[in-house]
Amino acid sequence: MPKWGMAADLDTCTGCGACVTACHAENNISTVGPDQAARGRAKHWIRVERYWEGTFPDVRVKFRPVMCQQCDQAPCEPVCPTYASHHTENGLNAQVYNRCIGTRYCANACPYNARFFDFFNPSWDKPLHLQLNPDVSLREVGVMEKCTFCVQRIKAATSAAKAEDRPIEDGDVTTACAQACPANALVFGDLNDPESRVSRLARSARGTRLLEDLGTQPNVTYLSRQTV
Amino acid sequence: MSAAHQQVTHDLLRPLFHTTWRFFLLVAVFGTIVVFGLSAWATQAYNGFGVTGITWPVFWGSYVTSFVFWIGISHAGTLISAILRLVDAGWRRPVTRCAEAITAFALMIGAMFPIIHLGRLWLAFWLAPYPNDRFLWPNFRSPLVWDFFAINTYLAGSVLFLFLPMIPDFATVRDRSTGFRRRVYGLLALGWRGSPKQWHRLETAMSIMAVAIIPVAVSVHTIVSFDFSMAPVPMWQSTIFGPYFVAGAIFSGIAGLIIAMEAIRRFLHLQAYLLPIHFDNLGKLLLLMALLWGYFVFNERLVTYYGNQPSEMAVFWRTQRESFAPLYWTMVTGNFVLPLILLGIRRFRTIGGCVIASLGVVMGMWLERFLIIVPSLGHKYLPYSHGSYEPRPIEFVVAGSTFAAMTLLYVIFAKLVPIISIWELKAGASGEAGHS
Repeated sequence: MPKWGMAADLDTCTGCGACVTACHAENNISTVGPDQAARGRAKHWIRVERYWEGTFPDVRVKFRPVMCQQCDQAPCEPVCPTYASHHTENGLNAQVYNRCIGTRYCANACPYNARFFDFFNPSWDKPLHLQLNPDVSLREVGVMEKCTFCVQRIKAATSAAKAEDRPIEDGDVTTACAQACPANALVFGDLNDPESRVSRLARSARGTRLLEDLGTQPNVTYLSRQTV
Repeated sequence: MSAAHQQVTHDLLRPLFHTTWRFFLLVAVFGTIVVFGLSAWATQAYNGFGVTGITWPVFWGSYVTSFVFWIGISHAGTLISAILRLVDAGWRRPVTRCAEAITAFALMIGAMFPIIHLGRLWLAFWLAPYPNDRFLWPNFRSPLVWDFFAINTYLAGSVLFLFLPMIPDFATVRDRSTGFRRRVYGLLALGWRGSPKQWHRLETAMSIMAVAIIPVAVSVHTIVSFDFSMAPVPMWQSTIFGPYFVAGAIFSGIAGLIIAMEAIRRFLHLQAYLLPIHFDNLGKLLLLMALLWGYFVFNERLVTYYGNQPSEMAVFWRTQRESFAPLYWTMVTGNFVLPLILLGIRRFRTIGGCVIASLGVVMGMWLERFLIIVPSLGHKYLPYSHGSYEPRPIEFVVAGSTFAAMTLLYVIFAKLVPIISIWELKAGASGEAGHS
């Protein structure tokens, strides 16, 4: 049974935002328009956080791609009254849109603010409504949504491997963000396979986890910067 | 029946049998506001939750504030009247029913808010465990499901607690009316004849309920506090939240009761029954709760300051001296400074003083819940995701209309039921006569 995880190399991330765009396209994330976005209602399942260090002119910028950390001890799960937010057997924090009634408690409990609410019914400017991914369900008004580690791709790869009667291998499946990353800063794979790229990176001495002291046990490893 | 008793019955039943234009005016005014609030809610349900000011990352705002506020107000009745019944405080008699009615209505209103704030309110019934062919159950680990059970238990208990002492009074109304009214009150009186056996059973049932309702009331607001203290949010994860919330709830409940009593006294001309001594005693109780509340706030702040965690300190300074400081110090003034001056100095502890202090407390306690929820959610761990929240007009309309709903329910209740328990007042008078 695989345990899905990700590694993000902060040394190679250029903050280009290709992951954000790829995620929107893959997961049918509706855009909300400039007014709503200005009010903080944009839904970016993955975002590139920018932090500035130092004072002008000696300024340094740091990028950190943040998505749902798929925690082993996820604070969003026990608080959901309807099990819309729950843990799957291969370690994913699943969000069942049809079961969500929109208490938004999970979003409050999430220390990473990685969960997003559909304040209105989604809409797409023509002809963008023709590019929707048929493998991903659309979310109606009033539900929470978040990064799924591209669960539709995981399902497809698992079925394909099963059809060929072989275990799923490293590289069989990757997320849209990792696929789009030009610098290969994002690596996705099976943490239970000790030889997979993501496992090796997760064991790296550079590896840290976001807000680890909260005890959430995230499955995303950040490789800290080596360049000074 | 003595002349004094007849006078009591006549005075307290007068609002039931004599309807003036004032009653219709009150119903029309407050009914209109309630209809306005309901249509605002319908607008929100139709257009989507986005019409409110809620935004990422502050996903709870004025609705959850109002939810906690009204559940807090509901602690007026049951706790006060149950405790006063148990210690057999003689001065409680004219007060208990006003208080118990507040509980029932405030709970009904408070329980609406979790539904108002749902993204998909038409699926609210998924909170209830009911058999279904997919074997889907609510998540019993979720504090929101605990809320569902706690509030329903409390509502059922407090309605019973309100209803039991009304039975003899329903019978009194039945015996003095004719026609349709007689049939309705006859049904409500459940065949009350006033036999010694019936009295004995009523007294037993009332003492059982008085004992049973106290732990329920305490647990309800503890569970409401768990909505916050169970989530890893700065300044929410505090072990003090249970007693802090219970104390705050009783505090705002007493304040609500004092305001309601003054309104009843004026509008129903019951100056002969709701006396300065009642306000004085409740004022002392309010003063005690103000001191307790002040202690809890000081304790919460001190422990946070001493712990000195960066994420918590950020929220701490936000409320103490940054953007939320004006609201914070208004809250401290309304909840602590004002009651201390008006209720602590005997000369100011008049009916007017008690009412002004209560208005300050009611406002301060609404702000208190707002200041627990919003600054923390807007200032969680990652600085990139900090944000803020301002209520939109629609939220003010919905929240404001619940105050009109409370008044409307109260006006109608006072029209249908003697707002001061007739038989308890008489029993008190006879008891005193017997002793002397």
